Parts: sequence; structure tokens; C-alpha cells
Amino acid sequence: MAKLRGTGMAAVNYPTGMNLGGDPSQALVHATTSGSFVVTLSATDLGQGLRTVIGQIAAETLGVAYDQVVVDTADTDTGPHDMGTFASRATHRVGNAVIAAAVEARKALLDVAAEEFEASVDEIELDGHGNLMVRGVPARSMPVAEVASMAQFKYGRTIAGRGSFMKPRSEVDPETGAMDPDSTEAHACTVAEVEVDTETGEVTVLSIRSAYEVGRQVNPALVQGQITGGAWMGMSHALYETTAPYYPAPDHSPRDFSEYLMPGPLELPEIDCVVLEMPSSNGPYGVKGIGEMTANSPIPAIVNAIYHATGVRIDSLPVTPEKILRGLDARRP
Amino acid sequence: MASTIVTFELGGREVEVLVRPMTTLQSVLRNQLGQTATKDGCRQGGCGSCTVLVDGEPMASCLLPIEDVAGRRVTTLESLTPAEGLHPVQQAFVDEYAFQCGYCTPGMVMLSKALLDHDPAPNDEAIGQALAGNLCRCTGYRPIVDAIRHASGAMSGHDTEPVR
Repeated sequence: MAKLRGTGMAAVNYPTGMNLGGDPSQALVHATTSGSFVVTLSATDLGQGLRTVIGQIAAETLGVAYDQVVVDTADTDTGPHDMGTFASRATHRVGNAVIAAAVEARKALLDVAAEEFEASVDEIELDGHGNLMVRGVPARSMPVAEVASMAQFKYGRTIAGRGSFMKPRSEVDPETGAMDPDSTEAHACTVAEVEVDTETGEVTVLSIRSAYEVGRQVNPALVQGQITGGAWMGMSHALYETTAPYYPAPDHSPRDFSEYLMPGPLELPEIDCVVLEMPSSNGPYGVKGIGEMTANSPIPAIVNAIYHATGVRIDSLPVTPEKILRGLDARRP
Repeated sequence: MASTIVTFELGGREVEVLVRPMTTLQSVLRNQLGQTATKDGCRQGGCGSCTVLVDGEPMASCLLPIEDVAGRRVTTLESLTPAEGLHPVQQAFVDEYAFQCGYCTPGMVMLSKALLDHDPAPNDEAIGQALAGNLCRCTGYRPIVDAIRHASGAMSGHDTEPVR
């Protein structure tokens, strides 16, 4: 009996968005009288940070500070249409729609400022800190809030924009099988190290190290959070989680949180990653989707590491101690 | 059985509640006192999202009959949060980005506060033992462990930089 160590790797090529019957997201942007901008969406923030990155994208496009943007999400009764938060699509799809809406709203804002300054629209610029000015004439400057208020009370205008992004449905070419189902693809490679106890069959994951190519990062801390949480979730799927451990038999199925096996803080491996940025051609500011993919490559990397350590090749999840011990028994002469 | 009046201390103030027997502390906090930071994940002590402190000890408020806290000192996330700014443990959770959906966070913060009160400089093993009953689905726990180490430094007056 021994503790055997092994190293395994796996790579993933992950699509952003899905080939539905067309995959649209829409956004509305408008200024309030206080000069803040409201982005109205139906897309949902599950905790991955959609509101944060959409606020960043809107602020960047409008030319205002991040804290001047309010992102209102997830009410499908009142918001513009969205297919939803899935397929790692929201930052890409919704971000593109928000850029389109923000460009239109920005144009409406500049029109009012141009009229007030008696200048042409081309001469008006935003300083990114909440002020509009005539280019090269700092004396002719006015806070966005003042122009927004003026738009409503003096000129009777709305400062608003509509945006939509749609990936059209892609049909399969019957001759070649070719199609274009997604918008862009992110990539990752994971190397996992494990230690397997051949007496108990227990696996300890020592480290999960990954490289991710995710397009431009709108918010690196959020990307890091996805990768760290995804690595843990991948390990959890590889070694622990199942709702039917003896499927199709219902035996020993967990009934609640205290019976559903997941690793906790005492089982944490070393988790490390590097992120490469290769902007996509069609995402907002070069974005690709990162989300679901982060739990993918850790799973086969861990299973390959177990094979490397023990010679036992397991092809069903989770890799329980029982499966490893049965595999080790089968290999004994 | 008839309703009774139970008195306990909440965030430094005495509160009185009229309750049916065996009402849980969680239910009183959320439904009678409007303190909804204490979450309602499983109502069977399996997730830790309802963790509050009773006389400084972390407890699953979903399993605690309100009669058991009569005369005792209850601390919730609301009572921990200062009028302005954040408690050092809360600030460390922000600095380390130790949450995503945030559902586990109130319980994790209360647990961390109790841990640091008992052990101002816990190692990873001690942190892991303390967190073992509280579930998080988003972060992979690493940022939470880092936040506790960060808060430990901040509360002892040095090393207030984020761990990562």
C-alpha cells in the first residue's frame, strides 16, 4: 500500500453563446435628470458580476464615470428582451447591445450639449469624469448632470438609446456539415497533480494550475473569481458530487445539503492561473465568455492524473474511492 | 400552546418578541424583526447561511428555538455593521472578492468574526475547521480563507494589504 502521485492535463475550447433560433440580447439606456444613466436589461446577474461589467462597458462607451451608471437587471416584465444568462453569453451579447444603446444615448446627450454651447456635435467631448466640453475650450464645460437636466426641462428631449445584438441562426450545410454555431471561443489548459492512497482509494488534489485565453478582460478580479471557483467546482465534480451514486439504482442518493458531498475549505488544492488576453473580433471591447468553461478542464485533468498515478483508467464521474479500489484490484495479476 | 413573550439582546438593544412555541431564532429575525441578512438556505442546519452569534458563539439560527436565546446576546450581520463603513471582516471580504452571489456571505462573515475573536491569528487548518459547516457554491472557498487571513492582519493592526 502506498501513496502514489500523478500529473494530468486537459485542454478546453469553449464557445461563447449558442446556436438557438437566433440568439438576441437587447438593452435600453437613458439619462435621468440627475445625470446618471440607467441601463435596463432582462439578463440576470447570478453573482458572476454581469451588473459590474455592464456598468463598466456602459460607462466606457458613454464617457462617464462608473458610479454614474445604474444597471437594472432581471425583470422580464419590464425589461427589453433577452434570451438569458447561459452559455457564457451575457457579457458578450448584452455587452454588445449595451454599447449600441450607449452610443445612441451618448449621441442624444451630445446633441443637446451642442445646441446649448452653440457648437457642432463633432466639437463636443466627454472627459470621462462627468463633464461635457467644447474640444479645446475648457472654459466651455458643463457637468453631464446639468446637460441632462437641461435636456428634460429646457429642450424637452429624452437622452436615451436602444441597442440590440443578435447572432443569427446558423444552419448546417448538408454537404459539408459546416456551420457557425457560436460567436467566438475561449481556450484553457489545466494541469492537475494528485496523490492517491492505494489502501483507501482516496484522492487528494494537490494543485490545479491553468492557463486561460479569454479575450479582453473587462474586470480581471471577476475573471480570477470565475477561474478559482470553477477549479474548485471541477474538482468537486471529478471526485465528489453526484445525485445518484449507484445510478440507475436510487440507493444512497443524497436528500439534502448535509448528505450531498462537496469538498470544503479543508480539501483545497493550490489553485493558480495565468490569463492571456487575445481580444475577439466581435465581442464588446474584445470580450469572450468565461464562466462555464472554468469547471471543465479541471475534471479530465484530475482523472488523467489519477491514471498517471495508478494506471487505473476511470470513465465515469465522480471518481470515488470505491471505483479506484476496484480498478486497482482488476490490475493485480 | 399559547404564545409567549421572549426577551433577548440584539445588537446591544433589548428586544421583546411575541412568539408561538418553538419558533426559530431565524424566523424571528427575518419575519418579525426584518433582519434579512440572516439567510434561509435549508432550515435544517445543513448550509450555515443562517449563522448568527449567540453570546459570541456561532450558531445555526434555523435550529435554535427562540426560547433558548431568552436573556442571551444575539449578534447578526446587521448588528455587526457599523453605522458608517464596514467591519474589518466585511472589508476583508470585499478586498479579497470573497463572494459572488453573496448568499453564503452573512453566515461566513459571522463565522469569521467568531473565529477571529477566539483565535486572532488562525492558520489555514483552523480556518478550514471553522468554515467546515458553511457551504459556498461560487468562490471555491480560497478567497474566503484569504479574506479571513487578511482580516486577521487588519484587526491586529498590521499587514492590511490584500493577501493576493
